[in-house]
Amino acid sequence: MSLIDLANPSRFLGLATRLIPWLAAATLIAAVVGLQQSFAAPDDYQQGATVKIMFIHVPSAWLAMFVWGAMSLSALGTLVWRHPLADVAAKAAAPIGAGFTLLALVTGSLWGRPMWGTYWEWDARLTSMLILFLMYLGIVALWRAVDDPSRAARAAAVLTLVGAINLPIIKFSVDWWNTLHQPASVLRAGGPSIHPSLLTPLLVMAAAFMLLFVTLHLAAMRNEILRRRVRTLRLLQASSAQG
Amino acid sequence: MELGPHAAFIVGSYAAAALIVLALVGWVILDHRAQTRNLRDLEARGVSRRSARQAGKPS
Repeated sequence: MSLIDLANPSRFLGLATRLIPWLAAATLIAAVVGLQQSFAAPDDYQQGATVKIMFIHVPSAWLAMFVWGAMSLSALGTLVWRHPLADVAAKAAAPIGAGFTLLALVTGSLWGRPMWGTYWEWDARLTSMLILFLMYLGIVALWRAVDDPSRAARAAAVLTLVGAINLPIIKFSVDWWNTLHQPASVLRAGGPSIHPSLLTPLLVMAAAFMLLFVTLHLAAMRNEILRRRVRTLRLLQASSAQG
Repeated sequence: MELGPHAAFIVGSYAAAALIVLALVGWVILDHRAQTRNLRDLEARGVSRRSARQAGKPS
């Protein structure tokens, strides 16, 4: 099956239905291994056991940004290539991205209190992540506010592309401004600065989070295709009742 | 396993992760059930897509 075949929603539904159970199983296995490694990992010499919060905070923050990046590609698919599944992918991703962003904010806050002495600080990294969360909520609200999916798709695509400006701001906020947040220690020039005993569980947990996203996204896309079929059938029913 | 003096923050973080992941999984499962039920109801009332009618099978 080629990529162009997947533009057909029925073919996509068939593939998604076959893949979802395998992806769910892979997610579960990666999560169990990641959690086992996270809790077996040594304490940090400065942060003590609170470093365990990193194993969920960092992957959720990565996914929060990755999902918006994926939505931006989908927005291009909607506006430029008019791919029939592009807006389905974007709409399905938004609530999942919002969930990961909320998790990054909550776990960051819970990590900040014992390490920085505060749950929240209006600095560049934390504020730009909060803006990302609000943008996710805005996209979800926009999809709900406009009844016609194709009109909603175009509006959401424009908003998504405008919002993508926030991604480099989040990434480089720790370099551009003074902030309580530590600079990048994994995705940085010169390679990771974290000891392998902490880096390995972090990367396994990141893989588990990525698998979770792919599984949830495929399932949510399948739901969105079914929702549009229901909408079409209801319109057909209404027009035949009138005629 | 010793979580030290900040155990509540660590446990709270993992509990928040479990809650949000369960909420997302629950949303996807419940939404799937709702959409398949809606489709079944419509098809039971004889409403079907043109492509499904042409294929001679329910969608």
